Amino acid sequence: MSTLDIEITRAWLQATAASMNDNAERLSALDAAIGDGDHGTNMRRGFAGVIEKLAGTEPATVGELLVLTGRTLISTVGGASGPLYGAIFRAAGKRLTGTTATADDLAEALRDGMEAVQKLGGAQTGDKTIIDAYAPAMDAFTAALGDGGDLLGAARAAATAAEEGAQATIPLLARKGRASYLGERSIGHQDPGATSTALVFEALAGVLGTRAEG
Amino acid sequence: MKKFVNSPDTILRDALTGVAAAHPELSVDVERRFVTRADAPRPGKVGLVSGGGSGHEPLHAGFVGPGMLDAACPGEIFTSPVPDQMLGAASAVDSGFGVLFIVKNYTGDVMNFEMAAELAADDGLETASVLVNDDVAVQDSTFTAGRRGTGATLFVEKIAGALADQGADLAAVADIGRRVNASSRSFAIALTACTTPATGKPGFDLPSDEIEVGVGIHGEPGRSREKMRPASDLAAELVETVLDDLPPSSDSPAIVMLNGMGGTPLIELYVLYGEVSTRLEERGVRIARSLVGNYVTSLDMAGASLTVCHADDRMIELWDAPVRTPALRWGV
Repeated sequence: MSTLDIEITRAWLQATAASMNDNAERLSALDAAIGDGDHGTNMRRGFAGVIEKLAGTEPATVGELLVLTGRTLISTVGGASGPLYGAIFRAAGKRLTGTTATADDLAEALRDGMEAVQKLGGAQTGDKTIIDAYAPAMDAFTAALGDGGDLLGAARAAATAAEEGAQATIPLLARKGRASYLGERSIGHQDPGATSTALVFEALAGVLGTRAEG
Repeated sequence: MKKFVNSPDTILRDALTGVAAAHPELSVDVERRFVTRADAPRPGKVGLVSGGGSGHEPLHAGFVGPGMLDAACPGEIFTSPVPDQMLGAASAVDSGFGVLFIVKNYTGDVMNFEMAAELAADDGLETASVLVNDDVAVQDSTFTAGRRGTGATLFVEKIAGALADQGADLAAVADIGRRVNASSRSFAIALTACTTPATGKPGFDLPSDEIEVGVGIHGEPGRSREKMRPASDLAAELVETVLDDLPPSSDSPAIVMLNGMGGTPLIELYVLYGEVSTRLEERGVRIARSLVGNYVTSLDMAGASLTVCHADDRMIELWDAPVRTPALRWGV
Protein backbone atom coordinates (compact mmCIF):
# COMPACT_ATOMS: atom_id res chain seq x y z
CA MET A 1 0.00 0.00 0.00
CA SER A 2 2.03 2.95 -1.21
CA THR A 3 -0.51 5.49 -2.43
CA LEU A 4 -3.79 7.03 -1.45
CA ASP A 5 -6.36 7.25 -4.23
CA ILE A 6 -9.79 8.81 -4.38
CA GLU A 7 -11.62 5.64 -3.41
CA ILE A 8 -9.40 4.96 -0.40
CA THR A 9 -9.78 8.56 0.69
CA ARG A 10 -13.54 8.26 0.44
CA ALA A 11 -13.37 5.03 2.47
CA TRP A 12 -11.24 6.84 5.08
CA LEU A 13 -13.83 9.59 5.45
CA GLN A 14 -16.65 7.03 5.65
CA ALA A 15 -14.74 5.09 8.29
CA THR A 16 -14.18 8.32 10.22
CA ALA A 17 -17.89 9.08 10.07
CA ALA A 18 -18.72 5.59 11.30
CA SER A 19 -16.21 5.94 14.11
CA MET A 20 -17.59 9.35 15.18
CA ASN A 21 -21.04 7.75 15.23
CA ASP A 22 -19.86 4.77 17.29
CA ASN A 23 -17.89 6.96 19.69
CA ALA A 24 -20.32 9.87 19.97
CA GLU A 25 -21.39 9.01 23.50
CA ARG A 26 -17.84 8.45 24.67
CA LEU A 27 -16.67 11.78 23.20
CA SER A 28 -19.61 13.62 24.73
CA ALA A 29 -18.95 12.01 28.10
CA LEU A 30 -15.32 13.19 27.96
CA ASP A 31 -16.56 16.65 27.03
CA ALA A 32 -19.10 16.67 29.85
CA ALA A 33 -16.28 16.42 32.39
CA ILE A 34 -14.52 19.59 31.26
CA GLY A 35 -16.88 21.26 28.80
CA ASP A 36 -20.53 21.05 27.96
CA GLY A 37 -20.86 17.48 26.77
CA ASP A 38 -21.65 17.81 23.09
CA HIS A 39 -18.39 17.06 21.26
CA GLY A 40 -19.58 13.61 20.20
CA THR A 41 -22.97 14.83 19.04
CA ASN A 42 -21.38 17.66 17.08
CA MET A 43 -18.77 15.49 15.36
CA ARG A 44 -21.37 12.85 14.53
CA ARG A 45 -23.59 15.51 12.96
CA GLY A 46 -20.64 17.01 11.06
CA PHE A 47 -19.39 13.78 9.55
CA ALA A 48 -22.92 12.64 8.75
CA GLY A 49 -23.10 15.89 6.74
CA VAL A 50 -19.80 15.01 5.05
CA ILE A 51 -21.06 11.59 3.97
CA GLU A 52 -24.21 13.15 2.55
CA LYS A 53 -22.15 15.71 0.60
CA LEU A 54 -19.66 13.15 -0.68
CA ALA A 55 -22.40 10.85 -1.93
CA GLY A 56 -23.32 13.28 -4.66
CA THR A 57 -19.75 14.13 -5.68
CA GLU A 58 -17.38 12.73 -8.28
CA PRO A 59 -14.13 14.45 -7.33
CA ALA A 60 -11.27 14.76 -9.80
CA THR A 61 -8.58 14.76 -7.11
CA VAL A 62 -7.95 13.41 -3.64
CA GLY A 63 -7.69 16.99 -2.43
CA GLU A 64 -11.17 17.90 -3.65
CA LEU A 65 -12.66 15.30 -1.33
CA LEU A 66 -10.79 16.68 1.64
CA VAL A 67 -11.56 20.32 0.86
CA LEU A 68 -15.25 19.48 0.53
CA THR A 69 -15.03 17.64 3.86
CA GLY A 70 -13.51 20.72 5.50
CA ARG A 71 -16.15 23.04 4.08
CA THR A 72 -18.94 20.74 5.18
CA LEU A 73 -17.57 20.44 8.71
CA ILE A 74 -17.41 24.24 9.01
CA SER A 75 -21.02 24.60 7.93
CA THR A 76 -22.46 21.78 10.05
CA VAL A 77 -20.43 21.25 13.23
CA GLY A 78 -20.44 24.70 14.83
CA GLY A 79 -18.60 25.44 18.05
CA ALA A 80 -14.83 25.47 17.93
CA SER A 81 -14.55 21.99 16.44
CA GLY A 82 -16.21 23.04 13.16
CA PRO A 83 -13.65 25.65 12.12
CA LEU A 84 -10.73 23.71 13.63
CA TYR A 85 -11.45 20.43 11.85
CA GLY A 86 -12.56 22.39 8.80
CA ALA A 87 -9.19 24.13 8.68
CA ILE A 88 -7.34 20.81 8.90
CA PHE A 89 -9.17 19.14 6.02
CA ARG A 90 -9.21 22.23 3.83
CA ALA A 91 -5.49 22.87 4.20
CA ALA A 92 -4.61 19.22 3.72
CA GLY A 93 -6.84 18.98 0.68
CA LYS A 94 -5.31 21.99 -1.04
CA ARG A 95 -1.96 20.18 -1.14
CA LEU A 96 -3.24 17.01 -2.85
CA THR A 97 -3.95 18.00 -6.44
CA GLY A 98 -3.63 14.60 -8.10
CA THR A 99 -5.81 11.51 -8.48
CA THR A 100 -3.42 9.75 -6.12
CA ALA A 101 -1.13 10.84 -3.31
CA THR A 102 2.06 9.18 -2.12
CA ALA A 103 2.81 8.67 1.55
CA ASP A 104 5.16 11.67 1.38
CA ASP A 105 2.42 13.80 -0.21
CA LEU A 106 0.04 12.84 2.56
CA ALA A 107 2.65 13.64 5.22
CA GLU A 108 3.06 17.12 3.76
CA ALA A 109 -0.69 17.62 3.46
CA LEU A 110 -1.31 16.52 7.03
CA ARG A 111 1.45 18.86 8.17
CA ASP A 112 -0.29 21.71 6.31
CA GLY A 113 -3.46 20.75 8.16
CA MET A 114 -1.70 20.90 11.50
CA GLU A 115 -0.19 24.29 10.71
CA ALA A 116 -3.61 25.60 9.71
CA VAL A 117 -5.31 24.45 12.89
CA GLN A 118 -2.50 25.85 15.02
CA LYS A 119 -2.70 29.17 13.22
CA LEU A 120 -6.45 29.32 13.80
CA GLY A 121 -6.59 28.08 17.38
CA GLY A 122 -3.19 29.17 18.62
CA ALA A 123 -2.63 25.91 20.48
CA GLN A 124 0.75 24.35 21.20
CA THR A 125 1.58 20.86 22.39
CA GLY A 126 0.62 20.57 26.05
CA ASP A 127 -2.38 22.93 25.91
CA LYS A 128 -4.78 19.95 26.10
CA THR A 129 -6.26 20.18 22.60
CA ILE A 130 -6.39 18.42 19.22
CA ILE A 131 -2.68 19.21 18.84
CA ASP A 132 -1.72 16.85 21.66
CA ALA A 133 -2.82 13.92 19.50
CA TYR A 134 -2.01 15.47 16.12
CA ALA A 135 1.60 16.49 16.75
CA PRO A 136 2.82 13.08 17.98
CA ALA A 137 0.87 11.42 15.15
CA MET A 138 2.68 13.59 12.59
CA ASP A 139 6.05 12.86 14.20
CA ALA A 140 5.35 9.13 14.14
CA PHE A 141 4.09 9.24 10.55
CA THR A 142 7.21 11.05 9.36
CA ALA A 143 9.56 8.88 11.40
CA ALA A 144 8.00 5.69 10.05
CA LEU A 145 8.48 6.89 6.46
CA GLY A 146 12.05 7.89 7.27
CA ASP A 147 12.69 4.37 8.51
CA GLY A 148 11.59 3.03 5.14
CA GLY A 149 8.03 2.30 6.15
CA ASP A 150 5.15 2.37 3.67
CA LEU A 151 1.90 4.32 3.89
CA LEU A 152 0.16 1.65 5.95
CA GLY A 153 3.06 1.39 8.39
CA ALA A 154 3.18 5.17 8.76
CA ALA A 155 -0.57 5.41 9.28
CA ARG A 156 -0.49 2.69 11.92
CA ALA A 157 2.38 4.39 13.74
CA ALA A 158 0.48 7.69 13.60
CA ALA A 159 -2.71 6.10 14.94
CA THR A 160 -0.86 4.59 17.88
CA ALA A 161 0.93 7.86 18.66
CA ALA A 162 -2.30 9.84 18.40
CA GLU A 163 -4.07 7.52 20.81
CA GLU A 164 -1.16 7.75 23.26
CA GLY A 165 -1.13 11.51 22.85
CA ALA A 166 -4.85 11.71 23.60
CA GLN A 167 -4.39 9.67 26.77
CA ALA A 168 -1.45 11.84 27.76
CA THR A 169 -3.78 14.86 27.96
CA ILE A 170 -5.33 13.49 31.16
CA PRO A 171 -2.91 15.17 33.61
CA LEU A 172 -2.68 18.41 31.61
CA LEU A 173 -4.10 21.82 32.51
CA ALA A 174 -6.31 23.10 29.67
CA ARG A 175 -5.08 26.37 28.19
CA LYS A 176 -7.40 26.71 25.21
CA GLY A 177 -11.11 26.37 24.59
CA ARG A 178 -13.94 25.91 27.03
CA ALA A 179 -12.03 23.54 29.32
CA SER A 180 -9.57 26.37 30.03
CA TYR A 181 -12.33 28.17 31.96
CA LEU A 182 -12.12 25.45 34.61
CA GLY A 183 -8.46 26.15 35.34
CA GLU A 184 -7.00 23.52 37.69
CA ARG A 185 -10.25 21.58 37.56
CA SER A 186 -9.53 20.57 33.97
CA ILE A 187 -6.71 18.33 35.25
CA GLY A 188 -7.49 14.61 35.40
CA HIS A 189 -9.71 14.39 32.32
CA GLN A 190 -8.86 13.27 28.78
CA ASP A 191 -9.34 15.94 26.15
CA PRO A 192 -12.26 15.19 23.81
CA GLY A 193 -10.69 17.01 20.84
CA ALA A 194 -7.45 15.03 21.09
CA THR A 195 -9.57 11.89 21.34
CA SER A 196 -11.55 12.61 18.17
CA THR A 197 -8.29 13.40 16.36
CA ALA A 198 -7.00 9.97 17.35
CA LEU A 199 -10.15 8.47 15.80
CA VAL A 200 -9.40 10.16 12.46
CA PHE A 201 -5.90 8.63 12.35
CA GLU A 202 -7.24 5.27 13.54
CA ALA A 203 -9.79 5.30 10.69
CA LEU A 204 -7.00 5.93 8.15
CA ALA A 205 -4.89 3.06 9.48
CA GLY A 206 -7.94 0.81 9.58
CA VAL A 207 -8.97 1.48 5.99
CA LEU A 208 -5.43 1.07 4.66
CA GLY A 209 -5.06 -2.16 6.65
CA THR A 210 -8.26 -3.59 5.21
CA ARG A 211 -7.18 -2.71 1.67
CA ALA A 212 -3.74 -4.25 2.20
CA GLU A 213 -5.30 -7.50 3.37
CA GLY A 214 -7.95 -7.51 0.67
CA MET B 1 -34.94 13.36 31.57
CA LYS B 2 -38.38 14.89 31.23
CA LYS B 3 -38.41 17.76 28.77
CA PHE B 4 -40.78 19.13 26.17
CA VAL B 5 -38.90 17.82 23.16
CA ASN B 6 -39.81 15.69 20.18
CA SER B 7 -36.21 14.59 19.71
CA PRO B 8 -32.93 16.17 20.84
CA ASP B 9 -31.90 16.24 17.17
CA THR B 10 -34.79 18.48 16.12
CA ILE B 11 -35.02 20.78 19.12
CA LEU B 12 -33.61 23.86 17.39
CA ARG B 13 -35.83 23.51 14.32
CA ASP B 14 -38.87 22.82 16.50
CA ALA B 15 -38.14 25.82 18.74
CA LEU B 16 -37.70 28.13 15.75
CA THR B 17 -41.03 26.92 14.41
CA GLY B 18 -42.54 27.96 17.75
CA VAL B 19 -40.82 31.36 17.68
CA ALA B 20 -42.27 31.96 14.22
CA ALA B 21 -45.75 31.01 15.39
CA ALA B 22 -45.58 33.20 18.49
CA HIS B 23 -44.00 36.30 16.95
CA PRO B 24 -45.39 37.46 13.61
CA GLU B 25 -43.32 40.64 14.05
CA LEU B 26 -40.25 38.48 13.47
CA SER B 27 -39.19 36.69 10.34
CA VAL B 28 -37.85 33.21 11.05
CA ASP B 29 -35.79 31.27 8.53
CA VAL B 30 -36.16 27.78 9.98
CA GLU B 31 -34.13 26.20 7.19
CA ARG B 32 -31.10 28.48 7.41
CA ARG B 33 -31.59 29.04 11.14
CA PHE B 34 -31.75 32.75 11.76
CA VAL B 35 -34.33 35.23 13.01
CA THR B 36 -34.70 38.79 11.76
CA ARG B 37 -37.06 41.70 12.23
CA ALA B 38 -39.87 41.19 9.75
CA ASP B 39 -39.22 44.70 8.39
CA ALA B 40 -35.48 44.14 7.82
CA PRO B 41 -33.42 45.60 6.31
CA ARG B 42 -34.10 49.08 7.70
CA PRO B 43 -32.87 51.68 5.22
CA GLY B 44 -30.03 53.84 6.52
CA LYS B 45 -29.53 51.79 9.66
CA VAL B 46 -26.54 49.75 10.79
CA GLY B 47 -27.62 46.12 11.21
CA LEU B 48 -27.00 44.44 14.55
CA VAL B 49 -26.50 40.69 14.43
CA SER B 50 -25.80 38.51 17.40
CA GLY B 51 -25.78 34.80 17.90
CA GLY B 52 -24.40 31.93 19.84
CA GLY B 53 -25.36 28.55 21.12
CA SER B 54 -29.00 27.89 21.95
CA GLY B 55 -30.06 27.18 25.52
CA HIS B 56 -29.64 30.79 26.71
CA GLU B 57 -33.14 31.97 25.84
CA PRO B 58 -34.35 34.66 25.58
CA LEU B 59 -30.79 35.51 24.44
CA HIS B 60 -30.52 36.15 21.45
CA ALA B 61 -33.69 35.73 19.37
CA GLY B 62 -35.77 37.22 22.19
CA PHE B 63 -33.92 40.51 21.73
CA VAL B 64 -34.66 40.96 18.03
CA GLY B 65 -36.81 43.98 17.29
CA PRO B 66 -36.88 47.77 17.13
CA GLY B 67 -34.30 49.32 19.47
CA MET B 68 -32.20 46.20 19.80
CA LEU B 69 -31.04 43.45 17.40
CA ASP B 70 -31.88 43.20 13.72
CA ALA B 71 -31.06 39.50 13.63
CA ALA B 72 -30.01 36.57 15.74
CA CYS B 73 -28.49 33.27 14.65
CA PRO B 74 -28.92 30.45 17.14
CA GLY B 75 -26.53 27.52 17.05
CA GLU B 76 -27.21 24.04 18.32
CA ILE B 77 -27.53 23.87 22.10
CA PHE B 78 -24.40 25.42 23.67
CA THR B 79 -22.69 25.26 20.27
CA SER B 80 -21.85 28.33 18.25
CA PRO B 81 -23.74 28.92 15.02
CA VAL B 82 -21.89 28.33 11.75
CA PRO B 83 -20.64 31.02 9.35
CA ASP B 84 -23.42 30.25 6.83
CA GLN B 85 -26.02 31.29 9.39
CA MET B 86 -24.21 34.48 10.34
CA LEU B 87 -23.68 35.44 6.73
CA GLY B 88 -27.32 34.71 5.92
CA ALA B 89 -28.46 36.88 8.82
CA ALA B 90 -26.05 39.70 7.96
CA SER B 91 -27.11 39.74 4.31
CA ALA B 92 -30.77 39.80 5.33
CA VAL B 93 -30.41 42.89 7.52
CA ASP B 94 -27.75 44.91 5.69
CA SER B 95 -29.06 48.06 4.09
CA GLY B 96 -25.64 49.16 2.86
CA PHE B 97 -24.66 50.79 6.16
CA GLY B 98 -22.78 47.79 7.47
CA VAL B 99 -23.43 45.14 10.07
CA LEU B 100 -22.20 44.85 13.64
CA PHE B 101 -21.55 41.34 14.99
CA ILE B 102 -21.96 41.05 18.76
CA VAL B 103 -19.89 38.04 19.79
CA LYS B 104 -19.52 36.36 23.16
CA ASN B 105 -15.93 35.40 23.90
CA TYR B 106 -15.99 31.67 23.36
CA THR B 107 -13.47 30.10 21.02
CA GLY B 108 -16.13 28.66 18.73
CA ASP B 109 -18.17 31.85 18.50
CA VAL B 110 -15.08 33.93 17.82
CA MET B 111 -13.75 31.68 15.05
CA ASN B 112 -17.09 31.22 13.32
CA PHE B 113 -17.88 34.96 13.39
CA GLU B 114 -14.39 35.70 12.05
CA MET B 115 -15.03 33.34 9.14
CA ALA B 116 -18.41 34.95 8.56
CA ALA B 117 -16.79 38.40 8.51
CA GLU B 118 -14.30 37.19 5.88
CA LEU B 119 -17.08 35.75 3.74
CA ALA B 120 -19.09 38.96 4.16
CA ALA B 121 -16.10 41.02 2.99
CA ASP B 122 -15.91 38.83 -0.12
CA ASP B 123 -19.53 39.79 -0.78
CA GLY B 124 -18.73 43.48 -0.32
CA LEU B 125 -20.57 43.65 3.00
CA GLU B 126 -18.90 45.76 5.66
CA THR B 127 -18.85 44.32 9.18
CA ALA B 128 -17.40 45.20 12.57
CA SER B 129 -17.38 43.14 15.77
CA VAL B 130 -17.80 43.73 19.47
CA LEU B 131 -16.38 40.96 21.62
CA VAL B 132 -18.15 40.58 24.97
CA ASN B 133 -15.95 39.27 27.79
CA ASP B 134 -17.39 40.30 31.13
CA ASP B 135 -17.16 37.16 33.28
CA VAL B 136 -14.77 37.76 36.19
CA ALA B 137 -14.78 34.06 37.15
CA VAL B 138 -12.14 33.49 34.48
CA GLN B 139 -8.75 34.95 35.21
CA ASP B 140 -7.63 36.82 32.15
CA SER B 141 -4.25 35.58 31.00
CA THR B 142 -2.36 35.00 27.80
CA PHE B 143 -2.55 31.27 28.45
CA THR B 144 -6.31 30.93 28.24
CA ALA B 145 -9.03 31.91 25.82
CA GLY B 146 -9.75 34.89 28.09
CA ARG B 147 -12.88 35.85 29.97
CA ARG B 148 -16.24 34.45 28.90
CA GLY B 149 -18.97 36.68 27.55
CA THR B 150 -22.20 36.41 29.54
CA GLY B 151 -24.70 38.91 30.98
CA ALA B 152 -23.13 42.06 29.55
CA THR B 153 -24.19 40.81 26.12
CA LEU B 154 -27.68 42.09 26.87
CA PHE B 155 -26.32 45.53 27.84
CA VAL B 156 -24.26 45.74 24.65
CA GLU B 157 -27.18 44.66 22.48
CA LYS B 158 -29.59 47.13 24.08
CA ILE B 159 -27.35 50.18 24.18
CA ALA B 160 -25.69 49.68 20.78
CA GLY B 161 -29.12 48.83 19.37
CA ALA B 162 -30.52 52.14 20.59
CA LEU B 163 -27.65 54.09 19.07
CA ALA B 164 -28.07 52.27 15.74
CA ASP B 165 -31.76 53.17 15.83
CA GLN B 166 -30.77 56.83 16.06
CA GLY B 167 -28.87 56.52 12.79
CA ALA B 168 -25.28 56.35 14.05
CA ASP B 169 -22.69 54.84 11.73
CA LEU B 170 -21.02 51.45 12.11
CA ALA B 171 -17.89 52.80 13.83
CA ALA B 172 -19.91 54.70 16.43
CA VAL B 173 -22.22 51.76 17.14
CA ALA B 174 -19.25 49.43 17.52
CA ASP B 175 -17.49 51.95 19.74
CA ILE B 176 -20.31 52.26 22.24
CA GLY B 177 -20.71 48.50 22.29
CA ARG B 178 -17.05 48.09 23.19
CA ARG B 179 -17.29 50.77 25.87
CA VAL B 180 -20.33 49.11 27.45
CA ASN B 181 -18.46 45.81 27.51
CA ALA B 182 -15.36 47.42 29.03
CA SER B 183 -17.54 48.97 31.77
CA SER B 184 -19.34 45.71 32.64
CA ARG B 185 -18.52 42.73 34.81
CA SER B 186 -20.47 39.55 35.67
CA PHE B 187 -20.24 36.66 38.09
CA ALA B 188 -22.50 33.63 38.52
CA ILE B 189 -23.42 31.01 41.10
CA ALA B 190 -25.19 27.74 40.27
CA LEU B 191 -27.38 25.81 42.69
CA THR B 192 -27.85 22.94 40.25
CA ALA B 193 -26.34 21.76 36.98
CA CYS B 194 -28.40 21.98 33.82
CA THR B 195 -29.38 19.01 31.68
CA THR B 196 -28.74 19.25 27.96
CA PRO B 197 -31.33 17.38 25.87
CA ALA B 198 -28.56 15.56 23.97
CA THR B 199 -27.01 13.93 27.05
CA GLY B 200 -30.13 13.75 29.24
CA LYS B 201 -27.95 14.02 32.33
CA PRO B 202 -26.91 16.92 34.56
CA GLY B 203 -23.63 18.49 33.40
CA PHE B 204 -22.03 17.94 36.80
CA ASP B 205 -22.92 16.21 40.06
CA LEU B 206 -23.68 18.58 42.89
CA PRO B 207 -24.62 17.43 46.40
CA SER B 208 -27.79 19.08 47.69
CA ASP B 209 -25.91 21.22 50.23
CA GLU B 210 -23.26 22.52 47.80
CA ILE B 211 -23.09 25.16 45.06
CA GLU B 212 -20.85 25.82 42.08
CA VAL B 213 -19.30 29.26 42.16
CA GLY B 214 -18.09 31.05 39.04
CA VAL B 215 -20.04 29.07 36.47
CA GLY B 216 -20.47 30.09 32.87
CA ILE B 217 -23.60 29.60 30.82
CA HIS B 218 -22.81 26.27 29.18
CA GLY B 219 -23.45 23.84 31.98
CA GLU B 220 -19.77 23.39 32.69
CA PRO B 221 -18.58 23.36 36.32
CA GLY B 222 -17.44 26.64 37.85
CA ARG B 223 -14.14 27.67 39.38
CA SER B 224 -14.86 26.29 42.84
CA ARG B 225 -17.39 24.44 44.95
CA GLU B 226 -18.69 25.81 48.22
CA LYS B 227 -21.27 25.03 50.89
CA MET B 228 -24.78 26.42 50.36
CA ARG B 229 -25.37 29.55 52.42
CA PRO B 230 -28.20 32.09 52.98
CA ALA B 231 -29.01 34.48 50.13
CA SER B 232 -27.46 37.40 52.02
CA ASP B 233 -24.08 35.67 52.08
CA LEU B 234 -24.28 34.69 48.44
CA ALA B 235 -25.28 38.23 47.46
CA ALA B 236 -22.26 39.54 49.34
CA GLU B 237 -19.99 37.17 47.43
CA LEU B 238 -21.49 38.18 44.08
CA VAL B 239 -21.09 41.89 44.81
CA GLU B 240 -17.57 41.64 46.25
CA THR B 241 -16.31 39.55 43.35
CA VAL B 242 -17.75 41.84 40.68
CA LEU B 243 -16.72 45.12 42.29
CA ASP B 244 -13.25 43.93 43.29
CA ASP B 245 -12.59 43.32 39.61
CA LEU B 246 -13.87 46.71 38.49
CA PRO B 247 -14.38 49.15 41.37
CA PRO B 248 -16.99 51.88 40.91
CA SER B 249 -15.78 55.38 40.22
CA SER B 250 -17.30 58.12 42.34
CA ASP B 251 -20.95 58.80 41.61
CA SER B 252 -21.09 57.07 38.25
CA PRO B 253 -24.49 55.54 37.62
CA ALA B 254 -24.75 51.78 37.27
CA ILE B 255 -27.06 49.50 35.33
CA VAL B 256 -27.50 46.31 37.33
CA MET B 257 -28.91 43.01 36.18
CA LEU B 258 -29.65 40.10 38.45
CA ASN B 259 -30.16 37.34 35.95
CA GLY B 260 -31.70 33.95 36.54
CA MET B 261 -30.05 30.93 34.93
CA GLY B 262 -33.38 29.42 33.89
CA GLY B 263 -34.40 27.22 36.81
CA THR B 264 -34.72 29.75 39.63
CA PRO B 265 -38.12 31.29 40.45
CA LEU B 266 -38.44 35.06 40.39
CA ILE B 267 -39.25 35.20 44.09
CA GLU B 268 -35.76 33.89 44.85
CA LEU B 269 -34.20 36.30 42.39
CA TYR B 270 -35.95 39.18 44.15
CA VAL B 271 -34.75 37.92 47.55
CA LEU B 272 -31.24 37.93 46.16
CA TYR B 273 -31.65 41.29 44.44
CA GLY B 274 -32.75 42.92 47.69
CA GLU B 275 -29.49 41.82 49.27
CA VAL B 276 -27.43 42.66 46.20
CA SER B 277 -28.78 46.20 45.91
CA THR B 278 -28.07 46.96 49.58
CA ARG B 279 -24.51 45.75 49.27
CA LEU B 280 -23.89 47.58 46.01
CA GLU B 281 -25.01 50.82 47.61
CA GLU B 282 -22.81 50.16 50.65
CA ARG B 283 -19.91 49.92 48.22
CA GLY B 284 -20.77 53.30 46.71
CA VAL B 285 -22.56 52.13 43.59
CA ARG B 286 -25.41 54.40 42.53
CA ILE B 287 -27.93 52.05 40.97
CA ALA B 288 -29.53 53.99 38.12
CA ARG B 289 -31.43 51.15 36.44
CA SER B 290 -32.04 47.55 37.34
CA LEU B 291 -33.30 44.43 35.67
CA VAL B 292 -34.31 41.21 37.45
CA GLY B 293 -35.33 38.08 35.58
CA ASN B 294 -34.28 35.26 33.28
CA TYR B 295 -32.43 36.87 30.38
CA VAL B 296 -29.20 34.97 29.76
CA THR B 297 -29.99 31.46 30.86
CA SER B 298 -28.38 28.07 30.91
CA LEU B 299 -31.32 25.78 30.12
CA ASP B 300 -32.80 24.57 33.43
CA MET B 301 -29.88 25.50 35.66
CA ALA B 302 -30.88 26.95 39.03
CA GLY B 303 -28.71 29.89 39.92
CA ALA B 304 -28.11 33.54 39.25
CA SER B 305 -25.58 35.92 37.80
CA LEU B 306 -24.93 39.52 38.68
CA THR B 307 -23.90 41.96 35.95
CA VAL B 308 -22.93 45.54 36.74
CA CYS B 309 -22.29 48.15 34.06
CA HIS B 310 -20.63 51.31 35.33
CA ALA B 311 -22.40 53.47 32.79
CA ASP B 312 -22.14 57.10 31.75
CA ASP B 313 -25.13 59.37 31.20
CA ARG B 314 -25.19 58.67 27.48
CA MET B 315 -25.40 54.91 28.12
CA ILE B 316 -28.27 55.45 30.55
CA GLU B 317 -30.07 57.57 27.97
CA LEU B 318 -29.65 54.83 25.36
CA TRP B 319 -30.71 52.19 27.89
CA ASP B 320 -33.95 54.13 28.39
CA ALA B 321 -34.63 54.44 24.66
CA PRO B 322 -37.67 52.52 23.38
CA VAL B 323 -37.27 48.82 22.74
CA ARG B 324 -39.80 46.34 21.38
CA THR B 325 -38.65 42.73 21.37
CA PRO B 326 -40.21 39.49 22.63
CA ALA B 327 -38.22 39.59 25.89
CA LEU B 328 -37.35 43.23 26.48
CA ARG B 329 -39.92 45.92 25.87
CA TRP B 330 -40.37 49.43 27.17
CA GLY B 331 -40.98 53.01 26.10
CA VAL B 332 -43.25 51.97 23.23
